[in-house]
Amino acid sequence: MASLESALIPILAKYRGDPTALLQILREAQEALDWISPETEILVASALQIPLTQVKSVTQFYAHLYDHNRGKYRILFSDNITDRMAGSVALFERMQAHFGVEPGQTSADGLVSIDLTPCTGLCDHGAAMLVNSIAIGRLDAERIDEIAALVKARKPLAKWPAELFAIDDNIHREVTLTGIPYVPGSGLDAAIRLGRAGMFDEIKRAALRGRGGAGFPTATKIEGARNAPGVQKYIVCNADEGEPGTFKDRVLLTSFSTRVLEGMAIAAYAAGAAKGFIYLRSEYQYLRAKLQREIEEMRASGRLGVSIRGAPGFDFDVEIHMGAGAYICGEGTAQIESLEGKPGRPRVKPPSMVIRGYKGMPTIVDNVETLAHLTEIALEGGASFARRGTRASTGTKLLSVSGDCERPGVYEYEFGVTIGRVLHDCGAVAPIAVQVGGASGVLITPDEFSRKIAFEDVSTAGAFMIFGPDRDIFEVARNFAHFFAHESCGFCTPCRVGTTVQKNLMDKIAEGRGSRYEVNDLMRLTDFMRRTSHCGLGESAGNAVRDTWLKFRPAFERRLVPHDFAPQVDLDAALEPTRLATHRDDAAAHIPAEG
Amino acid sequence: MTELLFNIDDLPVPFKPGQTILEAAKAAGVFVPHLCHHPRLKPHGGCKLCTVVVNGRTQSACTYKVAAGQEVDIDTPELNAMRRSLVQLLFIEGNHFCPTCEKTGACELQALGYEYEMLSPHFAEFYPADREVDASHPDVLIDRNRCIMCERCVRASRDIDGKNVFGIAGRGGKATLAINSPTGKLADSDFAVTDSAAHICPVGAILVKRNGFATPIGERAYDAHPISDSVNVCEIAEEAK
Ligand SMILES: Cc1cc2nc3c(=O)[nH]c(=O)nc-3n(C[C@H](O)[C@H](O)[C@H](O)COP(=O)(O)O)c2cc1C
Ligand code: SF4
Ligand code: SF4
Ligand code: FES
Repeated sequence: MASLESALIPILAKYRGDPTALLQILREAQEALDWISPETEILVASALQIPLTQVKSVTQFYAHLYDHNRGKYRILFSDNITDRMAGSVALFERMQAHFGVEPGQTSADGLVSIDLTPCTGLCDHGAAMLVNSIAIGRLDAERIDEIAALVKARKPLAKWPAELFAIDDNIHREVTLTGIPYVPGSGLDAAIRLGRAGMFDEIKRAALRGRGGAGFPTATKIEGARNAPGVQKYIVCNADEGEPGTFKDRVLLTSFSTRVLEGMAIAAYAAGAAKGFIYLRSEYQYLRAKLQREIEEMRASGRLGVSIRGAPGFDFDVEIHMGAGAYICGEGTAQIESLEGKPGRPRVKPPSMVIRGYKGMPTIVDNVETLAHLTEIALEGGASFARRGTRASTGTKLLSVSGDCERPGVYEYEFGVTIGRVLHDCGAVAPIAVQVGGASGVLITPDEFSRKIAFEDVSTAGAFMIFGPDRDIFEVARNFAHFFAHESCGFCTPCRVGTTVQKNLMDKIAEGRGSRYEVNDLMRLTDFMRRTSHCGLGESAGNAVRDTWLKFRPAFERRLVPHDFAPQVDLDAALEPTRLATHRDDAAAHIPAEG
Repeated sequence: MTELLFNIDDLPVPFKPGQTILEAAKAAGVFVPHLCHHPRLKPHGGCKLCTVVVNGRTQSACTYKVAAGQEVDIDTPELNAMRRSLVQLLFIEGNHFCPTCEKTGACELQALGYEYEMLSPHFAEFYPADREVDASHPDVLIDRNRCIMCERCVRASRDIDGKNVFGIAGRGGKATLAINSPTGKLADSDFAVTDSAAHICPVGAILVKRNGFATPIGERAYDAHPISDSVNVCEIAEEAK
């Protein structure tokens, strides 16, 4: 097919037939051709000289790649619990009604498909969606109708009204990172003055810990990579931000990207790395062009490239790599697999990434915010940085505040701030719970509101979802259970199967057919997933369900049937087709409910 | 040279530097359950049957390296209960109807079910309806209903046969065995019954045709000895080759 080849040849040429660019090639093929057909897969496999199974494994792994035609307009409604709280379910149905399609189906005219996707990182923008990976927030009935009309008119996305795509920072509290204006190049100059060893010492003195969730000391990673043998070393900026309820990296990449990019260069300087990647989640595709422009500006002004700021040997450059809809690719080793163009499945550790990471070379994967903080440390020194926050958690932390409050958005605090203080500042009225740390985090109840945001108390990458008095915490946990079943990479048994069992048990309870038996199973299962899973996803996939049972028992109990066991199959409902076929509906044609 | 030692269930066991826990235990005659591991293949670490406790933390014995003085728990009631749950999860994920399966009695999954006293699948079955059977190849049958995603065939084909016939496609619960041919059918791939991948499946997902009842039921590998006694019949047979 000529048109297929003419679309693919430039893409393949751009990536010089490099098999590690497979994911990028497939993304761009989809942009050009709307979907990845079997013919595309075959052509790409033969051009890259890789097995077809390898191409298929990538197409089928990433939720935003389609191996069947999903139409010219591929609409995905964000399905985080905060979207649901903002009315996304009704909006989803309204959109479906416009086109008369079932979720995930393509309209008969090949125009549109409508489906769900996990949190899009717009929790401070009400209900949100992606159209062909481009984000639209603040959905309401009017917007839905407007978007439907644009789709029906087949108007190209580029010509849609710009205000549809407007996304704000919503920063409501600033300290240093967001509060102090940053002069481009200043952090780099300060780092060069300190020298590679001096810069490393300051990071160590700052006691900077990773902002991506685990809180690992950043200096230890830098030191590990610096000392590891390798002809090439890499810095990866983890901008996957897939944790439901987190969006502070979005804001950093929007308005503080100079800090992020120069922070990468500073990390590279200290670690002796010469190449970096930004792993940008697919949902933030709309930020790509802006980031690319900035990278080019930095090259032009000597802030990236060879001998940065005139410092001999300070060579560093950055490339943007797009994700394609997979939460697991936020996990460091899965991210490296994805960077190599493979499905994002976590590697076996050891060896650690700082020894053998991207293409087997020493690699540091750091969160966006962690890297941005390096500019502060370069400028003010580690000791000054460490004066903010607590002893074990130095500096400031950005929180992504969403849910039931007056002012959702990004809040910067020194570590050690109490949860109650945050709730007060954002105007939360009588909250019954806060989910800190996203779906994999911890459920905090009012008796714990005096606890602190810090690695030594409530540790978090920054998600802070607030639930008001009318919210049903069981539904929160059920939403998260669906999330994990959708996002499990499938590599290990406990998570691949366990997350689906967890989801099914939660659904059974939601339908009013669960008993203590199901609860006991859930508790066993969540414990077992935590202990046997291969990576953090499976280890934390049961947290929300467990916390809800432990802390919001009535939300569970009011759904449970009183007897010890309810069968998997609703026997009376299962007889319905027979009743219809035999035209019977008398008492003898029913099985009485137990109890 | 003094012998290097670590401890399995409180008893000292020798090991060689670089050995994984599973390798060292096997050399000492101690059974560590496993499905994705195979001595001829690079360790994988996905099935988690080999989960053991090392100095208080769970680890995969097939990938974790032994160190001197390590305290490793293998045969504890708690770990065995976890292993039973893992086997149950693998059973409900696919469609495993043992009485009709040619692999019965020689199936490692079934044998581990016996080993860990699994009396029922416990969890509600998924009954997946989308798992294709591929009978296209003249000599080998693929029944995806029984595939447990261990990737032994994937690794064997790639690393031993040098062919890349198999892959796993699809994420999470949607993962399925994919075959490297334009049609996705085994007959159209360069697979041959002489490939090591044809003989490495721990369950009845890859079966050599015209072999039915060559060994009568009741006389098959794990009918004769529990899997923990035989350490692993299929591997011993494989290694003897
Ligand atoms: C399932 C999973 C998803 C993750 N997602 C992210 C993410 O989106 N962004 C991130 O920075 N870290 C994420 N992490 C943590 C990373 O593995 C890693 O710890 C982090 O990027 C290291 O950077 P830091 O030291 O700066 O925190 C995730 C971890 C897991 C297990
Ligand atoms: S825990 Fe889940 S996400 Fe992590 S490796 Fe296992 S299946 Fe994949
Ligand atoms: S077909 Fe057999 S060897 Fe291959 S992945 Fe499935 S269970 Fe494992
Ligand atoms: S044998 Fe170790 S994880 Fe499968």
